[in-house]
Amino acid sequence: MQPFTTISGSAAPFLAANIDTDVIMPKQFLKGIDRQGLDRGLFFDLRFLASGEPNPDFVLNQPAWQDAAFLVTGPNFGCGSSREHAVWGLKQVGIRALIGTTFAGIFYDNCQRNGVLAIQLDAGQLKQIAEVISVPATAQIRVNLPGQTIELADGTRIAFEIDALRKQSLLLGLDAIGTTLQRAGQIRAFEARHLAENPWLG
Amino acid sequence: MPSPRTLYQKHIDSHTVCDLDDQGHVLLYIDRQVANEYTSPQAFSGLRDTGRKVWRPAATLAVVDHVNPTAPTRTAAMPDAGGARQVSYFEENCRDFGIELFDVLDKRQGIEHVVAPEQGFILPGMVVAAGDSHTTTYGALGAFGFGIGTSEIEHLLATQTLVYKRLKTMRVTVEGELGAGLTSKDIIMALIEKIGASGATGFAIEFTGPAISDLSVEARMTICNMAVEAGARGAFMAPDDKVFAYLQLKPRAPKGEVWEQAVERWKGLYSDHGAVFDSEVSLDVSALEPMVTWGTSPDQAAPVGGRVPDPASQPDPILRQGLQRALDYMGLKPGTPLNEVVISHAFIGSCTNARIEDLRDVARVVRGQRVAAHVRAMIVPGSTQVRDQAEDEGLAQIFRDAGFEWRQSGCSMCLAMNDDVLAPGDRCASSTNRNFEGRQGAGARTHLMSPAMVAAAAITGHLTDVRAFAPGV
Repeated sequence: MQPFTTISGSAAPFLAANIDTDVIMPKQFLKGIDRQGLDRGLFFDLRFLASGEPNPDFVLNQPAWQDAAFLVTGPNFGCGSSREHAVWGLKQVGIRALIGTTFAGIFYDNCQRNGVLAIQLDAGQLKQIAEVISVPATAQIRVNLPGQTIELADGTRIAFEIDALRKQSLLLGLDAIGTTLQRAGQIRAFEARHLAENPWLG
Repeated sequence: MPSPRTLYQKHIDSHTVCDLDDQGHVLLYIDRQVANEYTSPQAFSGLRDTGRKVWRPAATLAVVDHVNPTAPTRTAAMPDAGGARQVSYFEENCRDFGIELFDVLDKRQGIEHVVAPEQGFILPGMVVAAGDSHTTTYGALGAFGFGIGTSEIEHLLATQTLVYKRLKTMRVTVEGELGAGLTSKDIIMALIEKIGASGATGFAIEFTGPAISDLSVEARMTICNMAVEAGARGAFMAPDDKVFAYLQLKPRAPKGEVWEQAVERWKGLYSDHGAVFDSEVSLDVSALEPMVTWGTSPDQAAPVGGRVPDPASQPDPILRQGLQRALDYMGLKPGTPLNEVVISHAFIGSCTNARIEDLRDVARVVRGQRVAAHVRAMIVPGSTQVRDQAEDEGLAQIFRDAGFEWRQSGCSMCLAMNDDVLAPGDRCASSTNRNFEGRQGAGARTHLMSPAMVAAAAITGHLTDVRAFAPGV
């Protein structure tokens, strides 16, 4: 997994509430057996007009944000279906972190497993960021994971919280399965006891 | 004396291999997993790429459900090349990794969350994870189920565990007696409307109270299933005698002495007296009316006797904009009585509401009636076993006589990954779980409601209070 340390780029405002994973990655892009080609599907019905042309009203089609590395999102972003394709698509268009107030649980974990940092702030902090980055001239920000700060173009620095365990895994780009398998002996011992105590589980 | 624990804490404690920090992260042992053809392929590819094995193949049951067609005559052919490739790769993966598969022609095939309980694959006290958000369904059996993404499926296949952070706990106490014509779907829709689409984000919900005890096990599944639409990462209910009776005759339930031993243990699965929840919510259902959604989020719902809300009355500009966007998408004008909204489609199906009791509800409403001329009405049973049972009970004939399409099982038009897709502008009364933009087809409009309410709408051609339409149902 690609490590996440300090990343600079533009941050696109996308503040509607309850953006679900059906909207992030519509069904017609879920028919693969690999992770390829999901950049095309990302926000498909919002990014493209019926003619197939890019929708000029959509934020990721506008010059200041077309190469955005960050999305500033509304509450409950990523709700609905568990489809990890939503996160794969975000990564494939270059999104490295999401900044919002709340994220749906499965989506939040999917971000973590793909090295996408999901930062949770309070509503006041989010509003402050949204106001600055919504102006094209000040859309650039820097997200510093080691220092747990977001630096805005106007010089403001906002601190964020993250679990140490999640932070470490993102910083190092750790292979979660490899890490867990270092505990294979413990898992095996637990399993033997658990199945013996609950014979109907075997 | 140990401090009193919630049911959730008991489940997590008994499945913790080890603590990973002092922030609530644990390595959590998972008893069972259900896999489908669309969220699992990249997980199996990951195992192949790294040369890893499946830790315990018997812990996983694989079912084809999302991409298969549901045309009345069943074949193994998939509607498109992508779906066909997913199904053939799924078969290859199950074969190579030793996982049991119910393929599309199997008599036990169906929607994973309908199939797993009816096989007795899910039991009280289990912790279950699966690559589908509606894995919360299993909470009705006193198991703790939750949805995971594909990377987590791979982690689970390889290690039988997940790196898991303990959730906060919410108790939802449901009181009062449900009126005639009301169902558990109306209860969960009312709860979601009350607490919002992220009202339970970060929480595991325990449902309790007399109105829950009164419900059948299948009706309880509908509630746990849709709890995820309020953001809950898991939702369950303490198992009772109804649950034990439901499970006893299931094919994979334990038998004989082991059964007795299991039931004794399961009787201890409840929140201890004095256990403290992080949040308490109560809901009185005595005056509840049948619920329908009018917007594009499951919390945008109202009693069917209500009206489409007016965005102008919303003071917050972002919320007002969101409300207006929902009404524009839904093609609805503020103030319109909901029961005047004309539909083009009626869909009865999904892991939320396509079990045998749901189909009996529908049959009571549509017996001797005809689907409105302008409506296409479909019934997609939750499993092939449900389909067979409905045939045996004579329900299927009632549906066909009324003008419903009586189809094969699958997820179908709940998420429209197969060829059951609505066209732009179509308006569907649906017994499913999500009214998101484009969910049932790009530009299509979904109104969520109970199966009985869908049945009434199919007959009249517009949203309809089932109590007025079929008194006594």
